[in-house]
Amino acid sequence: MAASTGAINGTEKGAEIKAQYKKFIGRKILFIFFSLIAIFVVAGVSTSLGSANIPVSDTYSAIFHKFAPDYFNPRPFETNHLFNLTEEFEEDLNNGVISDKFKEEFERKKGFSPSTIVKEENDKWMVMDEKREKVYFVKKEETLKVYMAMMPETIITIVWDLRLSRTIMGILAGMGLAIAGTMMQGILRNPLASPFTLGIASSAGFGAVVAICLGAGIVGGKYLIIGNAFLFALIPTFVILGLTRYKRATPETMILAGIALMYIFSALTHLINYFAESEAVKEAYFWMVGSLGRVTWAELVFHLNTGHGTVPLPGPVPVVLICCVIPLIWKSWDVNVMGAGDETAKSLGVSVERTRVFVFVMASLLTAGIVCFTGTIGFVGLVAPHICRIIIGGDNRFLIPASGLFGGAFLLACDIVARTIMAPVILPVGVVTALTGGPFLFSLLTGRRREYW
Amino acid sequence: MVKVKVKDVEFSYASVPILKAVCIELAESEMLGVVGPNGAGKSTLIRCIDRILRPQKGSILLDERDIKELHLMELAKKMGYIPQSTAQIFPATVFDTVLMGRRPHLGWRSSETDTEKVLEILQMMNIEDLAMRDINELSGGQQQKVFIARALTQEPEVLLLDEPTSNLDIRHQLEVMDIIKNIVWDKRISAIMAIHDLNLASRYADRIVMMSHGTIFSAGDPASALTPENIEYVYGVEVKVSTYDGKPYIVPVRPVRHNGDEKKAKRAHSRVA
Repeated sequence: MAASTGAINGTEKGAEIKAQYKKFIGRKILFIFFSLIAIFVVAGVSTSLGSANIPVSDTYSAIFHKFAPDYFNPRPFETNHLFNLTEEFEEDLNNGVISDKFKEEFERKKGFSPSTIVKEENDKWMVMDEKREKVYFVKKEETLKVYMAMMPETIITIVWDLRLSRTIMGILAGMGLAIAGTMMQGILRNPLASPFTLGIASSAGFGAVVAICLGAGIVGGKYLIIGNAFLFALIPTFVILGLTRYKRATPETMILAGIALMYIFSALTHLINYFAESEAVKEAYFWMVGSLGRVTWAELVFHLNTGHGTVPLPGPVPVVLICCVIPLIWKSWDVNVMGAGDETAKSLGVSVERTRVFVFVMASLLTAGIVCFTGTIGFVGLVAPHICRIIIGGDNRFLIPASGLFGGAFLLACDIVARTIMAPVILPVGVVTALTGGPFLFSLLTGRRREYW
Repeated sequence: MVKVKVKDVEFSYASVPILKAVCIELAESEMLGVVGPNGAGKSTLIRCIDRILRPQKGSILLDERDIKELHLMELAKKMGYIPQSTAQIFPATVFDTVLMGRRPHLGWRSSETDTEKVLEILQMMNIEDLAMRDINELSGGQQQKVFIARALTQEPEVLLLDEPTSNLDIRHQLEVMDIIKNIVWDKRISAIMAIHDLNLASRYADRIVMMSHGTIFSAGDPASALTPENIEYVYGVEVKVSTYDGKPYIVPVRPVRHNGDEKKAKRAHSRVA
């Protein structure tokens, strides 16, 4: 009798734990979902900002217009105030009739002959010529004010040609750096590890400095700096790979080797800067701080010429991201197990050293593929994994997508701050990530939820 | 039937020999206690058996197959290893930690059967209340139980334990050892444990292997291995051995001459006295 009630209690308890565990996983998925929404929102805000601010809703319309032009069309809106009209014209506007005097006024002020008046809403009219090439808004505020109008076509052009590339690059760079950081911390079992721990930042910086100050590089032409930064960023990978032939790939050996490389490359960078022209030093410095300003569509989309036209394919950055993140997700179980210690992981059938080296190569490649275009944007890769770990725990299967999405949103949000806080001066995003991420990490530290947090 | 056979195993760390020509046989459903002073090679031997370390010479056979020929995952399905202690740096719940034991059996996704298995083991170990707690928040005894649970979800045929009681109070020592003993009985698995506490070894092990300087000094049932002469020679400690419940029971008396350092040991003892 006692035994049977015990069994019933056991199954009840089991069901309860199972429910708790399901909820635990549900929370993780919810967080990933919220990060996705955050990215969507931040992307809209980021793309709406610039020399001419576009309303966020029209920004989304402009983005989606390319995919579904029938459903999404940004509305024209007023931008700069041009001149005032006297009260007498209100009647014209209300009637939708253009009087000679009205025409004259516009001819005199803007050299433009209006032909149609369209009432947009109460006290707001659109005045345009026959071809709809020139459009002005008239709004009744204290007086009748005439505004320049931004047309849907212009909005779409601005959004797609000038701004979206930066937004997408911000998301991809944040994702890549955060995922690389998550996995570096995982395989090195070190909360201080980041995509740059093993000397990648300083070697990439050195490559860029060689290109900028000496004009020397392995790849020439307009890819000089990018090519150099990429190839040099991979040097630590090869050095550490070589090292693991002679020594076991323990976290300690790898970190120490990375620190040695970091010192070597930063010393070489200083050496070159010491003798270089001050202009070149400044440029090199800007490169190293990291910014999204240099990004173009060429990095994101590759147009393949088929003869019948061009086919858009993923460009270098998305290709690197896809090729590195999928294997990393695939290895996430093994990295989880390695978190319990090398010996335990080995006893659970994971070939620890091989996995560590493989993940390290993938994370390095991912980092190199991003920083060669953006410069070394710090702190995203360090902070994003920690924040996500605090919220959803250490299971890398969920942590990789979560910190990737969170990192993308974080980097893009920092970029918004960088562009607006001292506008029209645009700060390098690397400065903002470190300036916001640093205090954030401090606040986590003082919370002391765990030994190192 | 012989489950595990260790044949002439030699291992050295950078030319410092740790194990020298070690031979051991482990029968099915047998609990083998490996005792010996610090540095005798107990942990190294256990790690060699689980292929965490690779011996330079000799071979280890599991069911008459050399473990070198087995894939890591295959070996992990048959052997479970419980480390002395591990530092889990990043957060992990007890449930997820125990679920890791399913790694050799599962693909990328964990299935319902894996979840059931984890629940079953947690219940068996009586730690289901800890399921959603973080492993780092637990006491040493609770952590040790979690590690045992993880090894059990592997469903191994051989269990290797490295000082399973080293950080535990006397109650937890007995609890953990009882659990291990019961599993060995119920599931008919074999266990090798490195252990410092001679009385625990005597009480729970079916057979004792006493190691000294990387070699096996003596092997046999507790009564024949844990003699005052053996202990004095290997540990340099004078002991009295009495019998309790049919098992030898060791009471340490004083450290004696060892490695030609008789005077020092005596002096130290007289100061205590």
